[in-house]
Amino acid sequence: MAKAKKKSATKQPRNSSAPQSSNHPSGARFTSSELDRIADRIIKWSNADETEVEIDATVDALTRFANNTIHQNVAEHTLGISVRAVVDGRTARATTNKTDEESLRRVIAAAVSLARNQPENPDLLPLLGPQKYQKVSNFYRSTVAATPHDRARAVARVCKMADAADQTAAGIFTTGFVQNVLANSRGLVARHDHTRAEFSVTILEDNSSGWAKANSADILNIDPDALFESASEKAAGSRKPRELPPGRYTAILEPPAVLDLVGSIFYDFAGTGVLDKRSCLNDRMGKKIFGDNITLWDDVYHPLQIGAPWDGEGLPRQKVLLVDRGVPKNLVYSRATAEKMKTKPTGHGFTLPNEFGEAPMNLVFSGGDKSVDDMIRSTERGILVTRLWYIREVDPYEKVLTGMTRDGTFLVENGRVAGGIRNFRFNQSVIEALANVEMLGPAVRSAGEESFEMVVPAMKINNFHFSEVTKF
Amino acid sequence: MMQDWASWAIETAKRRGATYSDARVMDIRQRELGTKNGEVGTLVESETLGIGIRVIAGGAWGFSSTDRLTREGIQACAAEAVAIAKASALAKRADVALAPEKPHVDTWQNPFLKDPFRIPVEHQIAVLLAADKEMMRVKGVTLAEGSMSFKRIDQLFVSSIGAVIHQVKMHSGAGIVATSFAGTEIQKRSYPNSFGGQHALQGYELVEALDLAGNAQRTAEEAVALHSAAQCPEGTSTIILGGSQLGLQIHESIGHPIELDRVLGQEANFAGMSFLTIEKLRKLKYGSDIVNVVADARLEHGPGLGTFAYDDEGVPAQCTPIITDGLFTGYLSNRELASAIGETRSGGTMRTESWNRLPMIRMTNISINPGTWKYDDLIADTDDAILMETNRSWSIDDRRYHFQFSTEIGWEVKGGKLGRMIKNPSYSGITTEFWNSCDAICSRDHWTLWGTPNCGKGQPMQTMGTGHGASPARFRNIKVGVAFAK
Repeated sequence: MAKAKKKSATKQPRNSSAPQSSNHPSGARFTSSELDRIADRIIKWSNADETEVEIDATVDALTRFANNTIHQNVAEHTLGISVRAVVDGRTARATTNKTDEESLRRVIAAAVSLARNQPENPDLLPLLGPQKYQKVSNFYRSTVAATPHDRARAVARVCKMADAADQTAAGIFTTGFVQNVLANSRGLVARHDHTRAEFSVTILEDNSSGWAKANSADILNIDPDALFESASEKAAGSRKPRELPPGRYTAILEPPAVLDLVGSIFYDFAGTGVLDKRSCLNDRMGKKIFGDNITLWDDVYHPLQIGAPWDGEGLPRQKVLLVDRGVPKNLVYSRATAEKMKTKPTGHGFTLPNEFGEAPMNLVFSGGDKSVDDMIRSTERGILVTRLWYIREVDPYEKVLTGMTRDGTFLVENGRVAGGIRNFRFNQSVIEALANVEMLGPAVRSAGEESFEMVVPAMKINNFHFSEVTKF
Repeated sequence: MMQDWASWAIETAKRRGATYSDARVMDIRQRELGTKNGEVGTLVESETLGIGIRVIAGGAWGFSSTDRLTREGIQACAAEAVAIAKASALAKRADVALAPEKPHVDTWQNPFLKDPFRIPVEHQIAVLLAADKEMMRVKGVTLAEGSMSFKRIDQLFVSSIGAVIHQVKMHSGAGIVATSFAGTEIQKRSYPNSFGGQHALQGYELVEALDLAGNAQRTAEEAVALHSAAQCPEGTSTIILGGSQLGLQIHESIGHPIELDRVLGQEANFAGMSFLTIEKLRKLKYGSDIVNVVADARLEHGPGLGTFAYDDEGVPAQCTPIITDGLFTGYLSNRELASAIGETRSGGTMRTESWNRLPMIRMTNISINPGTWKYDDLIADTDDAILMETNRSWSIDDRRYHFQFSTEIGWEVKGGKLGRMIKNPSYSGITTEFWNSCDAICSRDHWTLWGTPNCGKGQPMQTMGTGHGASPARFRNIKVGVAFAK
């Protein structure tokens, strides 16, 4: 929303506690050594030439509310044991969630059998040996300790505030943690535990709505009350939306809208995407296709990113400069793709076997120093967008996307927000949009619904194509 | 053992104070295969077994799930579900009440001819690689892909009112895609449908009937030919949609809007709401007089991804008229929300992706009834139109008014005959205006029950398979070409 917020709900961490060791996370079904023992047994029992084991033990809980009441409230305790066998230059994977000896032996046999019964794979590389990983700390006991009552109390408070404002709230409050182990028969062992917390709220009025969302490894960074205030303000500010004609406008996209738009280009930076000629960067690497102010990294080590410091084969993830001042500079590569493209792997491969290769999953934009208010003040006539919805690719090479604005779309006139408008459909090339960025805000960790979380700035984009308008 | 596990859950929930509980034990086995440019890619088998326990305690819902299937593990899970329900009651406005349902005791398995898990994987790979070879033979093809997926779901539902329902469902799916990059364009064609091909509640006989290799060359040639085809014009036109595209049109602009949880605001934060508010029931002219749509989960409708004997809260499969002679006549409902539309019984549409997910209102088979037209007669009757086939992109607003679709390929129809190929076809519109513009639907001979395997909804997200029976149909005065307008 245009006005300065009373609290920073969706931006940088506040009062974040230090990451903690997770050897015995409270509430976990397994200790780290128990997960190691499962991996060790599988490697010991396997008769494959080489064996890789990945284990994920997850505890997740989610409290969901709508119409100012909790209507769904769930928890799950899951285990995934995934075995990759390599036999005579062939590989395949089998998974189970059972830990008894018979089941583990059966999943090994399934992986071996699948591997044997296929043509030899000339691109298959031997498994990696032991690796060294840079430490990343994404585990917070504060998040693990959250109870159903903690989530319900926060939700009840938000519902009460919505009631008091004569508004209707819907949303989620979720917490969880994952223990992850990757090990193989060449001695590679990688362990990573991480927590996650997320609060999202939509505020509805008769003919308007607002939305806000925050996501962090540490629940202490989540402020449901502030998120409510932000969404509530947007709903109130967009009452009685007027209909504007479609056309090309200056668009001010808040970080979640930028996230969902630019999230569509992540796979274009995969070496395999270029090799398969389905990337928009075919014939465009090294050419200036975006604005000078667009610099993009993949960086799992960035303080606002969350993720394991290794890829699907256990190769350490590297920080990669993808776009340098408007020029696509580098792609990311799995080991096999790097071999094919005669370059070095970057630690971005998916778990094998797969036909998609790799992708950057921890995008970080270099931001600017303009606030959303600065963008509004400098705009004679434009559209302020809170979030985007149902984004799909129309033209894969020009990277034209279609989608809708949602939950807080405003007209900006003469340097101020002039009220809510009916939602637009857009048909817009992302390449063109990133060449037309006039202003950037500071890059913040942002969460949307169409793409994975990343570190992105708000953007003021000229000549944005809103092609049609809907009924609300 | 499944019965014991479910019973332990129900007993514990009752002891802990639940006034209602149900338990779903699900044992799911899957096989996924993928090939690309002559090589095997994805080759994965998976199994997952666990229990999901849903309870009402203190007048509110709780749910927990686990794969720790010991007595201790299940009892802890049931106790957690009750504790969660009691936490839910902190933000309760009214006690949950369920529409009555008989405690059904039954066993059911969908019919199929060939168990895909008994077909050697090397045979399945060979089928995909044979199609791959045919596609790569066509000059200009830069990427050939094929995939198969199979799923067997063995599930037991037990509830505190005495229901015990055992169902086994077998899903199969397969498809191929040829992609061609040239100049500044990426074009592709899929067979028999995009996004993984055709999927149904069938065995391996589905894959055999598709004849992937036999259709590979034509598919690839069309992908290459699209580069030199005429661009879809921008303006207003008559369009004829192929059956699979009409199936997705039904999914997005009828199937989702009729989900009662969405209508009542329960999906407002994520999947969105619906323009189809309750006062419109039996009053809104949804489509033209020839438009008749049903939600039919019964086996007699066909082996769709939305076919079952009982839904995931123990309600028998039903056929609900959704649009009757153009009039809006029904929603997708469940036991909790049926009363909101004056019904005394659930429509039986609660479905869950797996044991660790809460059942929610989902599409079953949402199908348009066949019309009377022979396909050739429909073309011959059309002076000027664009025929659009096989979805390429789809998008609709969060209340399901405004949509935009594009398809992989189009054809001009001029003077009652198919003309030149059209590339980048797209169309857009407002849901009810669109369905009211329908003036011809092809007959049963051209009707296929398409499977959509990737319908996402809910938080945590669940992916569900849905069925959509459709035959080619004609629509007048539709906006075309906006997606590519400069």
